Amino acid sequence: MMVIPILVAWCFKEINPALDFIVGIEISALLGLILIKICQTDKDLNWMQGMIVVSLSWVVAMILGAIPLYLSGHWKSFLDACFDAMSGFATTGLSLVQDLDHLSYAHNFWRHLIMFLGGQGIVVIALSFFVRGFSGAFKMYVGEARDEKIMPNVINTSRFIWLVSIVYLILGTLALGVTGILNGMKPVNSFFHGACIFMAAFDTGGFSPQSQNILYYHSFAYEVITIIIMVLGAINFKLHYHLWMGNRKELIKNIETQTLFVTIIATFSVVAVGLAQTGIYPATVALFRKGFYQLISGHTGTGFQTIYAAQFFTDWNPLAISGVILAMALGGAVCSTTGAIKMLRIGIILKAFKEDLKRIIMPERAIVVEKFHHIREVFLEDKIVRSALIITLAYMILYGLGALVGMFYGYPFLESLFESTSAAANVGLSCGITKITMPAMLKVTYILQMWAGRLEFMSVFTILGFLFASIKGK
Amino acid sequence: MKKILRLILITLFLGLNFLAVVCAQGLSSSELINNAKQYDGKLVTYSGEVVGDVMSRGEFSWVNINDGENALGIWINSGLAKEINFTGSYKSRGDNLEFVGVFHRACSEHGGDLDIHAQSLRQVSNGRAVKEKLNFDKVSLSLILLGILFLTWILTLFKHK
Repeated sequence: MMVIPILVAWCFKEINPALDFIVGIEISALLGLILIKICQTDKDLNWMQGMIVVSLSWVVAMILGAIPLYLSGHWKSFLDACFDAMSGFATTGLSLVQDLDHLSYAHNFWRHLIMFLGGQGIVVIALSFFVRGFSGAFKMYVGEARDEKIMPNVINTSRFIWLVSIVYLILGTLALGVTGILNGMKPVNSFFHGACIFMAAFDTGGFSPQSQNILYYHSFAYEVITIIIMVLGAINFKLHYHLWMGNRKELIKNIETQTLFVTIIATFSVVAVGLAQTGIYPATVALFRKGFYQLISGHTGTGFQTIYAAQFFTDWNPLAISGVILAMALGGAVCSTTGAIKMLRIGIILKAFKEDLKRIIMPERAIVVEKFHHIREVFLEDKIVRSALIITLAYMILYGLGALVGMFYGYPFLESLFESTSAAANVGLSCGITKITMPAMLKVTYILQMWAGRLEFMSVFTILGFLFASIKGK
Repeated sequence: MKKILRLILITLFLGLNFLAVVCAQGLSSSELINNAKQYDGKLVTYSGEVVGDVMSRGEFSWVNINDGENALGIWINSGLAKEINFTGSYKSRGDNLEFVGVFHRACSEHGGDLDIHAQSLRQVSNGRAVKEKLNFDKVSLSLILLGILFLTWILTLFKHK
């Protein structure tokens, strides 16, 4: 994949950036050769091996992806470059880059490309293009937090995910490119930014080619288009498939879209009341452009900002900030590019509450049966509710642990919780904690949160269990 | 009557004095962002490098000015924007400009953006094209790695046989 930024460097006549990627390719190939020699086997993967392969692939991808970034000289340390690489692959969007406004086209493209690759899933890439089909494929696919097959076969599912993404990439780049030109940007820059912003928006990443993020464009049209792309990125790929097949009713009936609609309205109401209390945006348009944009960016797990990081705590009040934190913690749909708890789980938990309430209200003899619609009608069974609650609890613990580490380093509670939720839910909104000068341990904490949050724990739990068992000698 | 007149004159003097201080000092982007409420609606002086595109929107244009800490959006008359020769990117250092203008914490004209509506512009220093020099350390590193890669590949083939 590093060949693509070399082509970008060639187009823009950037010599040294091309060398950075050549070094990156050489190290990757060298590691690949060594691993083939050491680890090659004809045996199929079992569940544990599948999960471990996936979680370690993400760590290796982070290290290899960080090499060209570090060589550019725009990252203060290799840890900072690793932070940005994990942030990119996990589609988070938190960044420690220095002097972004002078970064080469090649490196900038790479930052956004890794979001595009990470959003679809590194293993999905392998399954789509390199794997000819083996039963271990599904285990690796599941390990990457994708337990839903769109097609009967996971390799065809992976290829469909890519087809959807490429079609939207072309349309999105065109829309943003033309808008950029109308906004007064140079055509080349306009389409370059269009492609980068599309990749960051559809994969709910949040990187941007300029240091001001979306504020750089000073454009309402740009904001509206990115909102549409972010929402598309937050929708389940299975739902995309049904929409492509002309089954539009699924969009209205699906529990995920219904829950997403309700939670957007609920969290935006909190943000709007909070902002109205501060009185910073007296005009409705401004309140919508600032309040709704940050909210939808947080809810879809993108992390695009049209305000400066510090403004969250200098201009917004705790109520509005809490609304954004809540939206970040909830996330988008399962089998999408978003992180966090996700709408299906929230919908299931709400349905379970409803079922339990019915049980209390109705006579003891009454049989209460609750169903939900997700592509098909599904009976609400205890094991489904249990699974949703376990992952929700794991996310809440992860948000809390990150906040504790932040507070350990002296940051106030709400700021720590904001940044921790943003990292663990793979959002990327920042209130200013994420900067080059923050403690190295906090950087490592956020890297671990991004990794665990993106893989939805199963692969990470497996590797932790494996390490624990190895230490105990079992 | 005299007392009221004296009071008005003193207030006017202090107000103008404060404005002059704000103008003369020149503020950093961090100061403006962190103390936005204090400077809202006031005349400020801000300077830095022009980065990215100069985006013309008819009579006015947007330019983004980076002072090394953050970049702020400046809403400027398109006629004044024509004086900009270089904008900062990988291959160029942008013109260093100083603006005097009205600072907005949440501009009502621009959807709540934090921006400065410039009234005047002064060129502090000219920008320039940056000529990229070949980094020989990187060339050496890539050649050494190529050698190691080739050697490893030969070794794996040899061991395989």
